[in-house]
Amino acid sequence: MGLLSKKDSKLIMDPLADNNPITIQVLGICSALAITAQLKPSIVMAISVMFVMGVGNVVISLMRNIIPSKIRIIVQLVVVATLVIIVDQVLKAYAYSLSKELSVFIGLIITNCIIMGRFEAFALANGTWRSFLDGIGNALGYGVILIIVGFFRELLGSGTLFGFKVLGDSVEKTGLYAIGYENNGFMVLPPMALIVVGIIIWVQRSRNKELIED
Amino acid sequence: MGLKQNLHNIREKYRGTKMAPAFNALHTFLYTPNDTAHGGTHIKAADDLKRTMNTVIMALVPCLIFGMFNAGYQHYLAVGEIEAVTSGFFSSEFWTLQNFSLGFWKILPILLISYGVGLGIEFLFAVIKGHEVEEGYLVTGMLVPLIVPIDIPLWMLVVAVAFGVVIGKEVFGGTGMNILNPALTIRAFLFFAYPTWMSGDKVWVEGATERAKEIIAGSNADAISGETILGGLAQSHPIDYSVADMFFGFIPGSIGETSTLLILLGGLFLIFTKIGSWRIMLSSVIGALVMGYIFNLVVAAGWITETSNFYGLMNTEFWHHLLIGGMAFGIVYMATDPVTASQTNKGKWIYGFLIGFISIMIRVFNPAYPEGVMLAILLMNVFAPTIDHYVVQGNVKRRLKRGKLKTA
Repeated sequence: MGLLSKKDSKLIMDPLADNNPITIQVLGICSALAITAQLKPSIVMAISVMFVMGVGNVVISLMRNIIPSKIRIIVQLVVVATLVIIVDQVLKAYAYSLSKELSVFIGLIITNCIIMGRFEAFALANGTWRSFLDGIGNALGYGVILIIVGFFRELLGSGTLFGFKVLGDSVEKTGLYAIGYENNGFMVLPPMALIVVGIIIWVQRSRNKELIED
Repeated sequence: MGLKQNLHNIREKYRGTKMAPAFNALHTFLYTPNDTAHGGTHIKAADDLKRTMNTVIMALVPCLIFGMFNAGYQHYLAVGEIEAVTSGFFSSEFWTLQNFSLGFWKILPILLISYGVGLGIEFLFAVIKGHEVEEGYLVTGMLVPLIVPIDIPLWMLVVAVAFGVVIGKEVFGGTGMNILNPALTIRAFLFFAYPTWMSGDKVWVEGATERAKEIIAGSNADAISGETILGGLAQSHPIDYSVADMFFGFIPGSIGETSTLLILLGGLFLIFTKIGSWRIMLSSVIGALVMGYIFNLVVAAGWITETSNFYGLMNTEFWHHLLIGGMAFGIVYMATDPVTASQTNKGKWIYGFLIGFISIMIRVFNPAYPEGVMLAILLMNVFAPTIDHYVVQGNVKRRLKRGKLKTA
């Protein structure tokens, strides 16, 4: 990345690989399991979290010198709650069906540990630009996992991608279904999301042995 | 220079190379090894893992053979070609070559796939991880064909076995390290992934699903009913099987779990050879009877009437629960799995009792999950270490107290 210095681009690239919030820090698992049955909500969720984290990190970073440390958690909560309400209202106004599908999980972005974690660990101690990059980077890392999980769960569980019937029609028995293939109903259930995340963790750690902790 | 010598030479050739575990395993599978598993899970006396596993397989073989006869019998009975059995366990209508050959050719591919895929993955992991292949899958591979419906599509079995062996066992470290029983993990995967092939009133009798398709396509043949007793009870249908049918196993169900008589004999064999724990078997039976009896009392007290969804199963006499469904099979062959069960004697009583108790509860309260015993065993597998922990801690506390009393 020519735009960013080496140190800054590390802020973006690290969460995507060796310091991924989901697979390495194992944060934000709840929403990763709940809304990844299909690809579209996964992507919307990823974008929403990216907005909240990017803007939130900037706001916290700007206020970092005036927040009394005793009440910083409450201040962080107010910031994240405000941003989440904005996201929620925008979704309700422009994508009502998706907002219904994501239901309570947009509201629950407030409790997403990744966001509070980055506020605490990074934005409170770093400048605005770097905090912004860190927020975007971590949101990307979170989003990538969501999209991978959502891809496999929708493809194997419903035989579709973004709602398109890529494997054929399961009711009229065309495409793969004509030769006896059937959707894997387990993929749609949340336990399978946990197993898919587990497999991603497994693959990642076996590729990079340094990540294995005892 | 016989086959054995050739094999031996091949093994020597690959000694120390990456593929060594695979050839060692093949050699051990066919011939007595010079050295047996080290640091195994349950070594005692002359028993190594191989002998332990083989004993369980011997106890399972009668169930498998009976399952082959029963598959044919249920099919020909449903299509109306033969009459129902009349004269006890050795009825001539049942033990015919026609019955056996239909079952044999249906079950053989299931058996081969179960072993082929499962052992293939075991070999692969052994080679990658560089340890010896362990005998753990021998029993799992035998159990899997016995607990699936006869009409299960084979590719689903491939997916499920791969899932069960990798996620249920290998990720935890292979034989002896798994938390959940691998055979039941495979079955649970099938059950949740492809529910239409694992429940309902078609898959249990060979040909019923095919026939249903033909009827939809316009054929005027009679539908074949493949309803199991549990399925029927859950919908309060009348049951036209006698208690003797249930006990001998002349009923539709998963391939190898219908004959309570043969399972009982297998269980006695396991107890006699000290492979299976009689504590777990007995306490599971007690647990199931207690829960069944409570439900009978609920019906007797008039709290549940015939309009209730639960009436059919609650009103079943409490000891019938042991004869129908996979209850007996699960208790004898699955709950006693030494790796996933409780290890302490007191823990085994608690573990077994809760398996029986919860099985009947799931069976009655959730007709969508007729096979409560599968879910109950998996649930208790998860809790087994916790039970053991408290049993051991309890013992430690008791003995510390005794020590204090003496010194005081």
